[in-house]
Formats: sequence, structure tokens, C-alpha cells
Amino acid sequence: MAETESARLVGIDLGTTNSLVAFMQGDQPQIIPGDDGSRLVPSVVAIPAAGKERVLVGNRARSLLLNTPDRAVYSVKRLMGRGVDDITEELKLFPFRLAADIQPGEVLRIEVGGQQYTPPEISAYILRQLKQNAERYFGAPVTQAVITVPAYFNDAQRQATKDAGRMAGLEVLRLVNEPTAAALAYGLDRQKDGIVAVYDLGGGTFDISILKLHEGIFEVIATNGDTHLGGDDLDNLLLAIALDEIETEEGIPARQQPELVQALRNAVIDAKIALSANDSTRMEVALPNGQHYRREITRAQFQRLIEPILQRTAEPCRQALRDAGLRPADIGEVVLVGGSTRIPRVQQLVSELFELPARGKKPHTELNPDEVVALGAAVQANILAGGSAATEEMLLLDVTPLSLGIESLGGAVAKIIQRNSTIPASATEHFTTGVDGQTNVAIHVLQGERELAKDCRSLARFDLKGIPPMTAGLPRIEVKFLIDANGLLHVSAVEARSGTQAEIAVKPTYGLTDEQVESMILDSFDNAEADFQERQLIEARNEASTILSAVEKAPQHPAWQQLTEEERAKIGELVTELEILRDAGDLDSLRRGTEALDQATRHFAELMMDATVSSALRGETMDTADAKIGEGPAAPHPIAPADFR
Amino acid sequence: MQSHVQNSTASDGEQTYFDMFSLPRKLTIDTAALERGFYKLSRQLHPDLYARKSAAEQAWSLRQSSLLNDAYRTLKDPVARTAYLLKLEGMRMEDENTENRDPRAKQNRVPADLLEEVFELNMQLEEMRANLKMGEDDPALRGDLERAQVQFKAMLTSLDEDLRRAWAAWDAAMDASDDAAKNEQKDAMVAMLDRRSYLRNLLREVDGVLTWQGAVGEKANI
Repeated sequence: MAETESARLVGIDLGTTNSLVAFMQGDQPQIIPGDDGSRLVPSVVAIPAAGKERVLVGNRARSLLLNTPDRAVYSVKRLMGRGVDDITEELKLFPFRLAADIQPGEVLRIEVGGQQYTPPEISAYILRQLKQNAERYFGAPVTQAVITVPAYFNDAQRQATKDAGRMAGLEVLRLVNEPTAAALAYGLDRQKDGIVAVYDLGGGTFDISILKLHEGIFEVIATNGDTHLGGDDLDNLLLAIALDEIETEEGIPARQQPELVQALRNAVIDAKIALSANDSTRMEVALPNGQHYRREITRAQFQRLIEPILQRTAEPCRQALRDAGLRPADIGEVVLVGGSTRIPRVQQLVSELFELPARGKKPHTELNPDEVVALGAAVQANILAGGSAATEEMLLLDVTPLSLGIESLGGAVAKIIQRNSTIPASATEHFTTGVDGQTNVAIHVLQGERELAKDCRSLARFDLKGIPPMTAGLPRIEVKFLIDANGLLHVSAVEARSGTQAEIAVKPTYGLTDEQVESMILDSFDNAEADFQERQLIEARNEASTILSAVEKAPQHPAWQQLTEEERAKIGELVTELEILRDAGDLDSLRRGTEALDQATRHFAELMMDATVSSALRGETMDTADAKIGEGPAAPHPIAPADFR
Repeated sequence: MQSHVQNSTASDGEQTYFDMFSLPRKLTIDTAALERGFYKLSRQLHPDLYARKSAAEQAWSLRQSSLLNDAYRTLKDPVARTAYLLKLEGMRMEDENTENRDPRAKQNRVPADLLEEVFELNMQLEEMRANLKMGEDDPALRGDLERAQVQFKAMLTSLDEDLRRAWAAWDAAMDASDDAAKNEQKDAMVAMLDRRSYLRNLLREVDGVLTWQGAVGEKANI
């Protein structure tokens, strides 16, 4: 499996809430699990303590989030490619701690554990974890990836995602739109022509894409969406209610207590999930005053509460239909993507929007809505790698979600590439000077549908320099704007009369410069094969240390006494052996030693799990697990109950 | 300091969009065949097929496929197709092939036969805007604007019928190699396209005023 480098070209879904990595195994895309066995890596990054270098990602970071919320960052995707002035709404709802000195137009910096990180850096940690998961799985380096982005992401958000890949040591071969990726995953099994709508309501973003499928060609006709609309917003509604109730009924200033807010957030997420299956559910959270916050919520109440948010997905759907020149009844199939589409009311709303019941149809939910995007990314990765029998006829033709324009005199926007244009797309514009001898011309590039520059998203300001001095109006500067297959803008310019290539100084409005990205590349040892070996050894040592320190604490657990004398003696022997192997440098024997100790402690782990399960309450489980397993969340091991969800 | 210059001719001696699809310079085209051609060429030119090739090949694919997409987008839409053809034929239009290019240019040239109506409509639009800013809505004025909307939409519909007849006439002149007839159609079509974009801009303004939701809060849709 995956012997060649091209077979190790992975597909990554870098999600608001969860991230996944997948690859094409034969004819089928497969999710690659993490070392803790979970297929989803929570998009949470934690800096454990000042001075400690190891950054935690995923479930490990997630458990830290509950106890020390100020050391963990989640939903960072909401901040990608954005400036300080356009996240005011986000800041009301999410506990992002931004550096105090960020200027408008500057890339954001988040403060965690006494240090500052840009959103791409935080994302890079997540990507690096996924890369390492894949490398562990293949036993070989992974250097290239396809990464998905919301279809409605603008240029700055896409560029930030690509930068994150580079920082993580990944060459991003393509950014693929999430709904389109989902269509690819579905399309693999059913080679059927027709019109398909993909409704993608994820953790923090909403996309609708309408595609025409024809003999393996996936042609996106129209796309629309909202990059700040998702399951997070539903959680926030429930969270606000819980916080209000605790503040008024218990007199506790709950909003000022990050730990409590985080515990409540987890509780409302569980409640939301439970309400997709049950008519009502109970939330219960321990309060600092020793009391408990208890709340019953019915599905009907929940639906009333979230209806206004769900309705915000309707207009983008209608707009996409209008742009595609289609009526709801023209849509043959509707595919649901994103965890939030498990909510029954969402499925009902989608059915209504596309008039499915009248046609005896239902939206498609066959593929796991949390995984389908990553699976599709793996399909696209396979296509880029040259294709296989399963994908050789497949070709994706995507569109740019937003119109591209340039600011003209008076602050108006002249659109040069319309939204929903198939990419790559280009436009050539001509500019001249307004003053005799003028040698540079400034161009302001924007994205958006509004008529005035101030209402659109500023992408970049280009300064065309080195224009030969001529009479005003005589130079003829030809500027070519090109949106590539990733949805990223490229600009080149030439002065037509003299033929001189005009020099372009680009100042991305919310982006990092190449030099900045270069300086942020995580651990330079991520790239080379030799370094890969070294890292494997480091990881194997970490793994050995984790299990050793866990076993060291094992005698404190009541379950230890249930083991036989022989079992305990065997474990003791293997511990001594592994301690020696850890200090030596042989990767294979170190791995074998760890595996042996793992096997020997399996019975103990089972006994401990049984004890944990019977001691019921989840909060308690976490505490005891932490106390008894010591480093606990740093590395879930079979003998530690790893997944706290 | 910057001035924006209108594009002149699309290409001098280069391959035209029509050439890319091996189509004659005619205005009635088989859109199903156009789509087939687009898919076929996409399978040869798309960057996905060059992901593992050299940088030079990737750059070539990017150029070629963007050109293909631009060509397909232009030829697929009958109005954009007409504007493109007229440009190839050396004609100049006020508003190029894209709509809502430069909002400043909107008010410039009122078609002579519409002077009176447009003058009145502009007065009504101004009044309605002033009212809306004060939070008022005059039903009589709204009624006038809605009637104007219907009237201008009808003009647009009949203009599109004229345009379709012009396409047929152009194609016939092409078949007959009748240069005089071709020139006649070119002039007619330039006038029609100018009128069309003028009417559409006007309608957009009326729609904007009639669906105005208030000045507050409306944020960029991105």
C-alpha cells in the first residue's frame, strides 16, 4: 500500500470543528485515523505550558481546553484571512484572545500560553498533526496534499490556508472547494449524469454549490454561501441561554469564568447532538458553587430557537439557483454535507427548498457528513496524481465564488471577472497615467458583489512601477488578472508601448508576505527523509515515555490489585527493558518494546475501563483519568480512556 | 492617479474564441456542440492534468485553460457572444461585453427616443430615494415606478427579439458573403447592445429603489 510518493498524496479537510486526512486506497478513499484511533482530529491546538515546547493538537488539546481554556485555540478557521475590523461579531461569541496591538489591515495574532500566533500558524499545527498521522500510517514521509476550503472563501482566506500548508511542510497541490469535494466522493460510486446540489453546513461555514455531472465531468454552475454560519452559531444560541439562566438564577458571573463557559459549551454541543435523535434531552453541568445547572430542552424548543439561523441558508440557495438559471425542480439530487445537516429540521428545510417531497425524493446522507469532504479531497488528490481506474474519467471544473473588481475613480468598483466564472479565469485591463511623466500607477483589487469599493473585500493594492516617463495618457499598461484553479489571484503587467514589464509591488490586505510565511515554517526538519527517521525515533521515544509514566501510576489504581502475580511481574520486567530501549537509538526494537508493554497491560486497561464506565459521570471520569494516568491527555494510550466525547 | 482605459480590439491576429471551437463567426450556434467541445478541450488543457508536470507545462496549461474558459463563457451567452463578435469586427461599444462595468458611465448617453421617459424616471427615482431616506414611502410614487419597471422590461423583451432577428440576418449575410448587409447588421447590433445595457442599468436602479431595505446594517456579501 502506498509505496510510491504519488500514492501518498493525501486529501485534507481542514474544518472549523474537526479535521481529517484521507487517501485513495485502490478504488476507494479511506480516512487515516490518528494514533488514538479516532478518525476526526478536533481542530483544537493547545500550548500546554510556558517553556514546554510540545504543542498539542486534536483530542489531546481538546481535553486541555476544558481545564485551561486560555491555553487552547479552537474554531481558528473563522479567523483565517481576516482583519481585526471584520471579526467583531466573532469576538462576541468566541473566546479568541487577540494581541492588543493589531492594526486594521494587519494579519491577526492570537495570544496563547504567553505567545502570539497568526491563524495560519495555528492551522499549520493542525495540518502538521494530520501529516504526521498519515506518515505514521504509511511509514513514509508525506509532502503533498490537497486541502479543502469552503467554496465561498475569498482570496485572502484561500491564501491563508495555502500558507498554513506550507508552514506545515506540505506542498498544497490544490485547494478544492468543500461541496465540490463532497460531490466527487458521491460521484465515485454513482456515475450518473444530472444536476446535483450540495448543501454544506459545517461547524463555521455554509456553502451551496450546484453542479452539472456529465460523463465524469463535474462542472460547478453556481456557488454561494456564508463564511460565518455554521453549527458553532447554533451552539452559541444554547450557550447564551444557559449563561443567562446561571447568571440570573444562581447569581454566578458565568461569562467571566472560561472553564465554566467551556464546560457549558461541551454540554450544549452534546444536547444539540442528542436532539437529532431524541425529542428532548437534559443538560447537567457542575457549577463552581457546588450546585448543578440542570436544564431540560425539547426538540421543538431547539427548532424554534435555531430557525432564524437555518433560514439564513435559504437565500444563498435561492441565489445559487437564480445564478444557475434553474428552478428547484431542476435539481435532480441534493447531497448533505457537514455535521449540522444531521439536524432533522435542516434536512426538512433542504427538502422544502428543493421541492424534494413533491418529487418523491430525499436528500442524500449515505456518506458520513463529517467525512465526505475529506474522502472527496482524497479523490481529487488521486486525480492530480494521474488518476486510477476509478478516477481516470473524472475532471472537476470549479468556479470563483465572488466577482473580482478594481476600484475606479469615485470609489466605485468595475467588475472584471464575474462570480461563478469557471476557473482558471482571466481578464485583461488597460490603464494609463493621468499626469505627465508619471512612473507608477496604483490599482486596488477587490472581491465582492457590491457596487462600492468600501462594501467589497479589499484583496490587495498593486503598485505598477517603472513606467517609462511619457505624456499623460500615453502609456498603455496592460494588466492581466488570472484566477487559478485554486481560486487564487495572480497579477502581471506590461507597458505595451515600450514593452517593459512593469514591476508589481503587491500588498495583500490581510495576507502574509512570502518572507513572513517562510519564517513561520514549522520545525525545518519536517521536510527531508533523514529528518523523518529522526522524528520517528523521537515519536517512538515519546510513546514509550507515555506508556512508562502511565504504568508507573498504575499500582495506585484499584484495578491493579485484580491482576495476577504473574501479570504484575511480567509488566515490571517489560518496564525495565523498555527504559533501556528508550535510551538506546534503535527504532525497531524500541517499537517492539513499547508494543510488548502495551500488550502486557491490555488486561489492566480493560479492568480500568470497566471501573471508569461504572463510575458513571463524565466529568468525574476525566478527573480520575487525569489524576491516575498522570500526563493523561498528553498521549492517549490503550490503558488511558482516550476519547472523552 | 490612475485612469482606466477601455479595451480596444480583443486580439490582433491571435486565435479567436470562435477559432478555439472551430466555429464560423456566426451568431446562432449549436450550444450542445459548444458544450461538447468545451468538455473535450477541458480534458486536454485543465491544470489538473498537469499537476505533476514541469513548471513550464503548468504555466502553459493555466494560460490555455483560462483562455478556454473565457472563450466558452463568452460564446455560451448570446449577448456576450454578440459583443465579442462585434469587437472582432472592429466595432466599439459603449459598455463592452460585461454588464455593470463602470457605474459612472451609466448616465451618459440616453437613447434619443427615451429622453423624455428617462428624465421623468430619474426625477421619480430621486424623489423616492429622498423619501426612503426619511423613512417614508409614497404609494403613488411607488406605483409610478412599478409601472415604469414593467414598461422598461417590455422594451427589453422586444429589444431581445430584435437582436435575435439581427443574429439571423448576420448569419445569412455571412453565408452570402454580403459585406454591405454585414456592415448594416454590425451598426444595428452595436446600437442594440448599447441600448440594452442602458435599459438594464436603468432597470437595476429601479429594482434597487423598489427593494430598498433601509440604509443600516447591509454588509458586503462576502
